Amino acid sequence: MTTGQEIMLDPFKTKGSYEDQNMTATDERAEEPEPGPSVEADAERTERPVEGTGIFDAEELNVYYGDFRAVRDASLKVNKNEITAFIGPSGCGKTTLLRCFNRMNDLIEIARVTGSLRYHGVDLYHPKVDPVEVRRQIGMVFQKPNPFPKSIWANVAYGPKVAGLAKKGPAMDDIVENSLRKAALWDEVKDRLDENALGLSGGQQQRLCIARAIATDPDVLLMDEPCSALDPIATTRIEELMHGLKDDYSIVIVTHNMQQAARVSDRTAFFSVEVSADSDTRTGILVEYDSTQKIFSNPSDERTENYVTGRFG
Amino acid sequence: MALTTIGTAARQGSARQGSAAFTQQRRDIAGSLFKSVILLSLVLSLTILAVLIFDTVADGWDQLSTRTWDFLNGSLRSRSIDDKLGVKQGLYGSLWIGIIVALSAFPVGVGAAVYLEEYAPKSRWTSIIELVIRNLAGVPSVVYGLLGLFLFVERSTIFGFLGLGWLADATGGRSVLSAGLTLAVLVLPIVIITAQESVRAVPSGLKEGAYGLGATKSEMVRTQILPYAAPGILTGTLLAMSRAIGEAAPLILVGAISGGLTRNPDLWDTSGLREKFTALPIIIVEWVSERGRDPGFATAAAAAIVVLLALVLLLNMTAILLRNRFEKKRG
Repeated sequence: MTTGQEIMLDPFKTKGSYEDQNMTATDERAEEPEPGPSVEADAERTERPVEGTGIFDAEELNVYYGDFRAVRDASLKVNKNEITAFIGPSGCGKTTLLRCFNRMNDLIEIARVTGSLRYHGVDLYHPKVDPVEVRRQIGMVFQKPNPFPKSIWANVAYGPKVAGLAKKGPAMDDIVENSLRKAALWDEVKDRLDENALGLSGGQQQRLCIARAIATDPDVLLMDEPCSALDPIATTRIEELMHGLKDDYSIVIVTHNMQQAARVSDRTAFFSVEVSADSDTRTGILVEYDSTQKIFSNPSDERTENYVTGRFG
Repeated sequence: MALTTIGTAARQGSARQGSAAFTQQRRDIAGSLFKSVILLSLVLSLTILAVLIFDTVADGWDQLSTRTWDFLNGSLRSRSIDDKLGVKQGLYGSLWIGIIVALSAFPVGVGAAVYLEEYAPKSRWTSIIELVIRNLAGVPSVVYGLLGLFLFVERSTIFGFLGLGWLADATGGRSVLSAGLTLAVLVLPIVIITAQESVRAVPSGLKEGAYGLGATKSEMVRTQILPYAAPGILTGTLLAMSRAIGEAAPLILVGAISGGLTRNPDLWDTSGLREKFTALPIIIVEWVSERGRDPGFATAAAAAIVVLLALVLLLNMTAILLRNRFEKKRG
């Protein structure tokens, strides 16, 4: 664990050393494994041990837009090399929470985050953490395919170029090819890498966006409803792709589509909306977080059951 | 069950009225009248423009048809039948002014626009500043002429106090540089506003995509905002340039010459920048006022107007072509 932490922490050292800042959650994790029985039971249900290696550890996370609280007291752990799905009705704060994980909420001036969010033990919201470096390690795929109006090649090369990983030339060509191969797009585009990416179909564009995110060699991929603008065939391809990517990356996906969560994810977090009786404000809350199988077959919370069985939402 | 009954009833109802309602011609008198009125306003404005252009070209035809090249190459003269009469000095002055305006208003305007859109906090101060810029775009050009006179031409007390007295020394006083900078200040609000609108039109998906891949703010601006907004910014700048080229009032205030110029520097001779100058609008004003003394100047003035119109049209066409080219590239 300690060696892993050292490696993972390395990129953050660009802005100074954190060892003395008490940023590492040194021994906390040793106490964290869940009680014996549940571990065994979960190990039987999914191929992966449920305690896994945590990468994200959110505790009592609150997100505010101005005075409005969008997410309240969300606590959850995201495991390495797993697909974690966030499901829930509209306005439940699942996208908002996802955008905390790579500090995309920083771009909204009035957004504010309280509580603790640790990534490999490092507090992501520590004042010395550089959000640009965070986003290089924690890639994001957006709801609407958003390729740049440049060539396919230039789209994939964008991240490595701004990160200074490679310049134009054979090294970059390799990165572009590998990323497109991993995103299962290489065979379709290898003969027209210099064509404008906007000429691709919607599904191809989204796979290009995945390739683009992979190209910076991130640790995690955050996907914000990546299939909501795609047809069923393109959706299937992306889902297959996610299964393949799981070996190299940890994936957190927000989805409206419960079947999708059931199909692709290892663990599922169900969010709901709580409407305040006196002020009519809607706050997102994390209702239940467990292995996907348990959420969809035997959820412990009644609200989860109502949602996954289609009685609500 | 209830639904089907309602549906059937509705279908029967519409079928009953349908045949009559569909075949009966509607007599929409108010509608046709409205259409005629708006068509008339279009025809009216186009006619006025066409008559104006036709009249000007016809008036100036004597000069343009018989000695086009001489007219473009000639200089200011005291008699209209002079063989060397022409607009070269004014044409060069106007071209220089256009270039100075583009070179100075473009970077400053784009910089200000990007700052306002991407960097400035969304506060009340920012809104006030934006409101001020919008109002500045409507300030009469004479006022800018006065500003130019005190800022670039004369060493005025107030700007000397602000530490800007060196500007008048640098421009050489009543020079084409002073005129260009004055007109740059005049069109700056227009450049800022059009650039701001182009920057605002950049899809948020592109910005988020760049940030999501680990781009810094300046990288995002350089690689996404500026390329995407370039066509709009370019069009705005070129239109601002043609506006500046057509201005006469500020030039009179900053001291454009309407008489003869002693020296005629070449277009590429930068030493001419700090010297006395004239420009096409000034020549037009001068010749129109001379036509009482020498009626031949009426023809010369009309010919000069045609030259100015051609120049402005050329700029506008370049703007449109550039925009189309960039937009095609953008896909």
